[in-house]
Amino acid sequence: MIYRESGQFKKSYRADSQLFPILQDKVGVCIILCIALFAVPLFASEYWINAILIPFLIFSLAAMGLNFLTGYAGQLSLGSAAFMAVGAYATYNFQLRIEGIPFLLSFFLGGCAAALVGVLFGLPSLRIKGFYLAVATLAAQFFVVWCLTKFPWFSNNSSSGVISAQNLEMFGFSFNSPASKYLLVLGIVFLMSLIGKNLVRSATGRSWMAVRDMDVAAEVIGIHLMRTKLLAFAVSSFYCGLAGVLYAYCYLGAVEPDGFSLELSFKILFMVIVGGVGSILGNFLGSAFILLLPIFLDITLPALSSLFHLPISQAFISHVQVMVFGCLIIFFLIIEPHGLARLWSIVKEKLRLWPFPH
Amino acid sequence: MQFFLEIVISGVLSGLMYSLVALGFVLIYKASGVFNFAQGAMVYSAALAVVGIMDHGVPMWVSVFGAFVYMVAIGFGAQRFVLGKLVNQPSITLFMATIGLSYFLDGMSSILFGNEIRSIDLGIVDEPIQSIMSATGLGISKFDLFASGIIIFLVILLSVFFQFTKIGRALRAVADDHQAALSLGISLEKIWTIVWIIAGFVALVAGLLWGSRNGVQYALSLTALKALPVLILGGFTSVPGAIVGGIIIGVSEKLAEIYIPPVLQDAFGGNYGGIEGWFPYIFALLFLLVRPEGLFGEKHIDRV
Repeated sequence: MIYRESGQFKKSYRADSQLFPILQDKVGVCIILCIALFAVPLFASEYWINAILIPFLIFSLAAMGLNFLTGYAGQLSLGSAAFMAVGAYATYNFQLRIEGIPFLLSFFLGGCAAALVGVLFGLPSLRIKGFYLAVATLAAQFFVVWCLTKFPWFSNNSSSGVISAQNLEMFGFSFNSPASKYLLVLGIVFLMSLIGKNLVRSATGRSWMAVRDMDVAAEVIGIHLMRTKLLAFAVSSFYCGLAGVLYAYCYLGAVEPDGFSLELSFKILFMVIVGGVGSILGNFLGSAFILLLPIFLDITLPALSSLFHLPISQAFISHVQVMVFGCLIIFFLIIEPHGLARLWSIVKEKLRLWPFPH
Repeated sequence: MQFFLEIVISGVLSGLMYSLVALGFVLIYKASGVFNFAQGAMVYSAALAVVGIMDHGVPMWVSVFGAFVYMVAIGFGAQRFVLGKLVNQPSITLFMATIGLSYFLDGMSSILFGNEIRSIDLGIVDEPIQSIMSATGLGISKFDLFASGIIIFLVILLSVFFQFTKIGRALRAVADDHQAALSLGISLEKIWTIVWIIAGFVALVAGLLWGSRNGVQYALSLTALKALPVLILGGFTSVPGAIVGGIIIGVSEKLAEIYIPPVLQDAFGGNYGGIEGWFPYIFALLFLLVRPEGLFGEKHIDRV
């Protein structure tokens, strides 16, 4: 009843191809943005901002990167964490070695460095696909982490490759408080998702999807396979790299190469699967879900066990977490391969008619 | 030269251990086209089950049997509740499902059997054989030789099983052509379950050998990942490929570990150990560029 497009006529093609064609969607997005922009910094506690909202946004960005590659272009990657690491370390070095470079520029350059490495490891995708490619990206994962640990130049000779992010200062303002960091991350993530959303519905995105659905057929209809695949790798790694920069500069403050482990790559992959393969909204849903689930289990499991008077250890909780993650992945792949994003669109369909049955 | 030979031999022997894990992958891939990422977790689970049951004070062979029962249950469950539900899905979906499965197995086995580091004692010491040592000066570990013997025996056993038993013939038929096999009255569901159980058995043997060599710990799951470059090298569908690929990876990573770091050290200074960790992957990657179907793999032709 409330959520329907009746009466909203589009008079031009341009108006019809808007990002959010329905008025209700526009209002909804504006409300969410207003809450994120004004209410959160004012009212949210430091714990919420630091431990949940900032990582949520950062992981959404990383998941978006992986989603371009896996969800849209159909190339499975298990090395997203490595590209995050490249971004973080590149930005650190740009800041360290170039006097007075603006932070935003070094963020951008960090993303570009990740894109470059991504293209390098994407080169095999021209000859191989499927699991072969997955194994090739594992090479990126292990090799990058090893390089960052062993070559002291990358971390400015610190022991075991730990870097601590420089103080964020932009336009004469230093981003020290959680709220200011949060706003910075929010701004970047908002901008990048806007670009991303437009990218996937443009010619680029369509050619990615054509390659995903059948690469031989895509080639036949005139899509340049090499350019398309490498572009997917570049854009994906750029997003992951930027997420890595924010991860180091706005979330953790100090990172080590081992922090960007295979576990992290899998976590990002899980976000994509749970959230929705081939959906921009899905990245946010998946990221929120995967981040909140452990917290939820942390709270409920001890409560449950005290209910049944069972002894419970921290190790047990973490094992259960791993188990639940595994179950969820299988569950989503079987029941709803398009993830939470599809569930949301089903809800929207229902809302169009609600409260009437037809 | 002697040093070089020693490295090569130890590489061959440790490579055979990778082959063992790779064998599990090949069996499942051949029969059902599923790339089973959870094979590493199965190796870890099997090893955990063995030590976990032994913690209750039962003899070795009982716990090995118990672990086998556990692997059968896993194989059955995986086919029944995961892959059976995903028939006809794109292979990349199946692959991601097995990643989920590997998380599930890691968690479940740790809960059931505890995850503190323990070791399996097979009663064979990891020391050089004296007679060979004195005759040629080469140090060959007794344990490595024993393990290789087991692996070779297992491969022979499996090929006899595939070649001469009824189930083995059915397995090969399914691997050749699903539809033709189905039309001859072979139940795909049943065959796939059997293959998962055999892969579980192979994982159990691998878990026993790896576990007594390096201790039963989570790293086992990661080491088993090295079977992936082995597969790429050997081809996904070839049992001899898994063996040869394993040996090549084992030898090349040992050689790289010995000979590359000093070169880097001369050039840049510092310490560059741990090349073993990534070398197989990069090696496989470079190999892919030259020969995408692997040494013994079937050439893949795309049709629109």
